[in-house]
Amino acid sequence: MRIGIACPYSWDVPGGVQQHIRDLAEALIGMGHEVSVIAPADDDRPLPDYIVPAGKAMPVPYNGSVARLAFGPLSVSRVRRWLKDGGFDVLHVHEPAVPSLSLLACWVAAGPIVATVHTAMPRSRVLLAAQPVLRSALEKIDGRIAVSEAARTTLVEHLGGDAVLIPNGVATRRYRHAEPLDGWPGTGGAIGFLGRMEEPRKGLSVLLKAFEILAAERAGLRLLIAGPGDAGEQRHKLPEPLRDRAVFLGEVTEEEKVRVLHSVDVFCSPNTGGESFGIVTAEAMAAGVPIVASDIDAFRQLLRDGRAGELFAAGDAGDLAAAAARLLDDPARRAELSVAALAAVADYDWDVVAREVVSVYETVVMGRATVGVAQ
Amino acid sequence: MLTLVILIVFVVVIGGVYVSWRAGRLDRLHNRVEAARTALDLALVRRSSAAYELASSGLLDPATSLLLADAVRRAKDAAPGERDLAESDLTRALRAAFGQPGFRDEIEAKESARELVADVESAAHQVFIARKFYNDVAARTIDARRRPLARVFRLSGNAPQPEFFEMDDELAGAGT
Repeated sequence: MRIGIACPYSWDVPGGVQQHIRDLAEALIGMGHEVSVIAPADDDRPLPDYIVPAGKAMPVPYNGSVARLAFGPLSVSRVRRWLKDGGFDVLHVHEPAVPSLSLLACWVAAGPIVATVHTAMPRSRVLLAAQPVLRSALEKIDGRIAVSEAARTTLVEHLGGDAVLIPNGVATRRYRHAEPLDGWPGTGGAIGFLGRMEEPRKGLSVLLKAFEILAAERAGLRLLIAGPGDAGEQRHKLPEPLRDRAVFLGEVTEEEKVRVLHSVDVFCSPNTGGESFGIVTAEAMAAGVPIVASDIDAFRQLLRDGRAGELFAAGDAGDLAAAAARLLDDPARRAELSVAALAAVADYDWDVVAREVVSVYETVVMGRATVGVAQ
Repeated sequence: MLTLVILIVFVVVIGGVYVSWRAGRLDRLHNRVEAARTALDLALVRRSSAAYELASSGLLDPATSLLLADAVRRAKDAAPGERDLAESDLTRALRAAFGQPGFRDEIEAKESARELVADVESAAHQVFIARKFYNDVAARTIDARRRPLARVFRLSGNAPQPEFFEMDDELAGAGT
């Protein structure tokens, strides 16, 4: 299939939607499809072959913050040319209600169109969608995909019609292999954590308390913590003698993140709630690191009710310490969980997710001509 | 003795007249602040309406339309304390839209679009002027209220102290 994908946000800036599009495009290419992605991007930056840059995005106030978007006559003519030259079987736009390339592509195109909605749309923005110019563009969409139940609900409630739920995938291959950080995991045992430090729902304080319990009996045990936040403040929650044994890396790059996962004996997801899927935990599973996680619904589902990782009572530091101790003291159990986690996370791999997306494409293109330019 | 009494009465009378003149002047200043503020609010509303007309005209691409409509709505819905920020955002959205490469050429080609853009620009210029006038009279009022005589005799009564209205209202630079 020839697939044209429109990305609303600047390719030069990291973000969830951009990463989703990159992973999807690469999975589709891996399956043998021809993919072209139009995105706001600087022409002079090195870009993957499948990207067609639509020019630099403009920082502009939108929806209460400043976003880098592409709009205006030049963007329209670039989108038009991309559609004309592409000869796509299907056009796949992401976040079509954002004033950028996706909306423009909907407006300009004629033919089978699939749209993916990533964020739940607040009602105020939906009211704007009643504007004739916007409505006529969005009405052309043949198939809607929502990446979360929240996004799907708002779509259904406010715009009518239905959407297929296809969650984000995990690019498992990217996490499978990496060099551990220098000196890690060491011989005394190491526990890892990834996430925003001061956000209470991420549960770092539960882990710090459990570490206190564990460290009392394990002289060599260390903690490796990565994520944005004030490390000094967190370190002070530990008793003085333990502070040297907790290493805070701060915010890390995508590559360092994978190395962190390969630098510990046990990875901990102590979240107390607020996770709908648990992407970080899924990434840790893809790295094959044994996991100890709280028993919230998202993790229970991801870890196959404890068969692919140890579960503990959410918020209970004592229970976390006991579960982590079981893993730290039993290399055979760790190896077993590592294999089970790798097998479980394969269900969420992008290859699986991309196949579902392709079946949506196949449904909307049935009996239709290729994508062209509307008059 | 009599001359002294006459002198004192004279001084008191003159002093009273002066103080009441100052009070009257302050009162007039407060009235002018109010009038200037009303003019500024009207100019802002006019600019919003002109921007909305343009956004909903169907003459622009839907992305630009949506951006402008969003900024207009935010300016309209802004709480009094956030009005300045929301109006500045509308200025920035207009500047970004008008500053897009090819925007002017596209507008030149359609007469109705040209008129709508001209309306926005003239309304924006009026905001610029109205805000200048308002801040000018607000500054003079604040200064007059600070004088010792005005403070001692509480000449401003219950009238609230005017506040400057700071915002980004520079549309120029668009089209470059």
